[in-house]
Amino acid sequence: MGEDAENPKINHTFLRDYVTEADVISTVEFNQTGDLLATGDKGGRVVIFQRETESKDELEEAGETGDSGEYNVYSTFQSHEPDFDYLKSLEIEEKINKIRWLPQQNAAHFLLSTNDKTIKLWKVSERDKRPEGYNLKDEEGHPKDVSTITSLRVPVLRPTDLMVEVRPRRVFSNGHTYHVNSISVNSDGETYLSADDLRINMWHLDITDRSFNIVDIKPANMEDLTEVITAAEFHPQHCHLFVYSSSKGTLRLCDMRASALCDRHAKLFEEPEDPGNRSFFSEIISSVSDVKFSHSGRYLLTRDYLTAKVWDLHMDKGPVETYQVHEYLRSKLCALYENDCIFDKFECVWNSSDSVIMTGAYNSFFRMFDRETGRGVTLEAWRESSKPRAVLRTRRVYTGGKRRRGDVGVDSLDFTKKILHMAWHPSENIIAIAATNNLYIFQDRVNT
Amino acid sequence: MFTKGTKRKFSDPGEEPASSGDPGPAAPSAAARTLSSSYSLQRQSLLDMSLIKLQLCHMLVEPNLCRSVLIANTVRQIQEEMTQDGTWHIMTQALAAAQCPADRLVATEVLCRQTDAAAQAGQSPKPFSVVGLQEGYHSEEVVMEGDVETEVTMSSLSPLSPQLSSASYLTGPFEVGPCWEEEDEEEEEGDCEENEEEDSEGCLSDGEERDQDHLNADSRTGEKVFGTFEIKHPASPPDPALEELFSDVDPSYYDLDTVLTGTPKMGPYDLLESLSSHGPTALSSSSSCRSDLNELDHIMEIIVGS
Repeated sequence: MGEDAENPKINHTFLRDYVTEADVISTVEFNQTGDLLATGDKGGRVVIFQRETESKDELEEAGETGDSGEYNVYSTFQSHEPDFDYLKSLEIEEKINKIRWLPQQNAAHFLLSTNDKTIKLWKVSERDKRPEGYNLKDEEGHPKDVSTITSLRVPVLRPTDLMVEVRPRRVFSNGHTYHVNSISVNSDGETYLSADDLRINMWHLDITDRSFNIVDIKPANMEDLTEVITAAEFHPQHCHLFVYSSSKGTLRLCDMRASALCDRHAKLFEEPEDPGNRSFFSEIISSVSDVKFSHSGRYLLTRDYLTAKVWDLHMDKGPVETYQVHEYLRSKLCALYENDCIFDKFECVWNSSDSVIMTGAYNSFFRMFDRETGRGVTLEAWRESSKPRAVLRTRRVYTGGKRRRGDVGVDSLDFTKKILHMAWHPSENIIAIAATNNLYIFQDRVNT
Repeated sequence: MFTKGTKRKFSDPGEEPASSGDPGPAAPSAAARTLSSSYSLQRQSLLDMSLIKLQLCHMLVEPNLCRSVLIANTVRQIQEEMTQDGTWHIMTQALAAAQCPADRLVATEVLCRQTDAAAQAGQSPKPFSVVGLQEGYHSEEVVMEGDVETEVTMSSLSPLSPQLSSASYLTGPFEVGPCWEEEDEEEEEGDCEENEEEDSEGCLSDGEERDQDHLNADSRTGEKVFGTFEIKHPASPPDPALEELFSDVDPSYYDLDTVLTGTPKMGPYDLLESLSSHGPTALSSSSSCRSDLNELDHIMEIIVGS
């Protein structure tokens, strides 16, 4: 991708890079143990990967230490289909906006997936035995002629090839007039919230015909609308607390014990505007695209167009840490506004110990910041520059000073290659990065 | 040329800003004038770009509300600033003078074309070319002295809704915000270099001489190029029978559609009118300005027959 890179395979690259729109990955999420990884795409499909647990012998043979299982496809299913709103004469996209796993309670796994309008609860279960020896059916399942039955037997379960079944268990529809941007499972294990541009609803996982509206910022006159909800999440430990972010860069922490309708926030987190950096684009770049609680529940991580910020729940006057993701774009805002890139919504994630944060950028780059040192590193999710099991080398965008080999100029950045969606394993240093239609899984190979 | 009550721009040579309480720089140099012109041009092109973005409808799928709201806020912000430094009033005057109501035909296909081309990095076409107005626009976009530039650029874009001259958003103090302009000049300069619209640079050297010709050419070119907007119908009062039929439907969503994302029925400046009629009311105003403006509005309304 760098301007000094000579790529002899340029013709092949062009053909290989032709991407079907439906294959573009739109969400990535690990489950609570990290053994399963789900991706959703624009075509409404969900692909679940499972981590292989290699046997100890294989590991020692390969000379590797630690659990180094790879992720392989476990199941694929069509979650949402394209729909049509007859009243407004508009299509409803089948694109999966978010997937969230439920905490596992039995052998089956449950996940919530949502498109713009409808949330679905899916049950993912394994079947590795099947009953054989029915009395009234033959082995193919056809009914037997009763007159041929001379004795009765009890069907037995016999082992069979592993089958993964995915079935829809609940469909939560007609809850949202606007586009759903977030879902979040509550720590109580019974409820979850779904947020659209103007409202947040709380559902019970077992009840599909009713939901509680807990936030409504729709003005009486739509022409007065100046702010929308961009993301929402429940607190990881306190089932009565949730946070939502807005297009004006504010965060609101709400306590459901205070009132049924949480239009009045318990805490408002807002950073005062920097008058020196003010421009017509100030508001747009302050819009928060993602908000995540830390695993500890003490901090919030937010992403706006140019920065990632860490907020302390106890301090609402401003973030405690600010990380520049791609400050070199500040002088390009007009062009990015023109080509709509300024509206791209990047996600952000914490690592398992809340010591590192990660977020995406352009040109297939993504950034990691170490909170203790404050230092950031740029990495690339791009097929050409990384072979399987090769160590990722850090990248750099040239912004002045001494130019190093491999540096990429700001004007060479490919703005069509955006890293918007990503996930970090809940307990290990394994990350999943969605780059258009490709999923990259990187692991930390530090020998302990 | 300027009507009573219009704030003189601080970039005008030899004018003293003291009487209006303008804390800006006292003696604007030619350089400051150029900066101010380029800033105005930048702001203008940003306004036009934003309106086009709101206008172009991706009518297969519901448009992204967050994006629409952010663009609408940008438009309001520009409008507020232009109101504060008086260029808004000039612009609406010129447009009212130059408009030809008979031209307001719809070219739905042109307006509703998806901006897929605009998504290509580093090759984003000018938004105006997507709408097919490139030729007409280039000939109009000449940087002029003072406020005439905005006059020209605005008239080239559309025959305006007469209701733009409504009083609600013109109740500004008409004070130039010099801190704004000073700070933003440098930034906007930077943006200017990056800006894809190279004609702004190319035209900088042209025509102070050509303003009159262009003003005349505007109306003719406008007729030729701008048969793109339908006659705007005022919003009809809600029909009780229809309301009952759709009582479980959220009607305000459609208002939002109309206002923020635009339909082929509305020209870009019709959007401005909808937005501005609910614009910020926190601005203070002097009573003399207000009465003059009210009078003018009244006259405008009679002339164009709202």
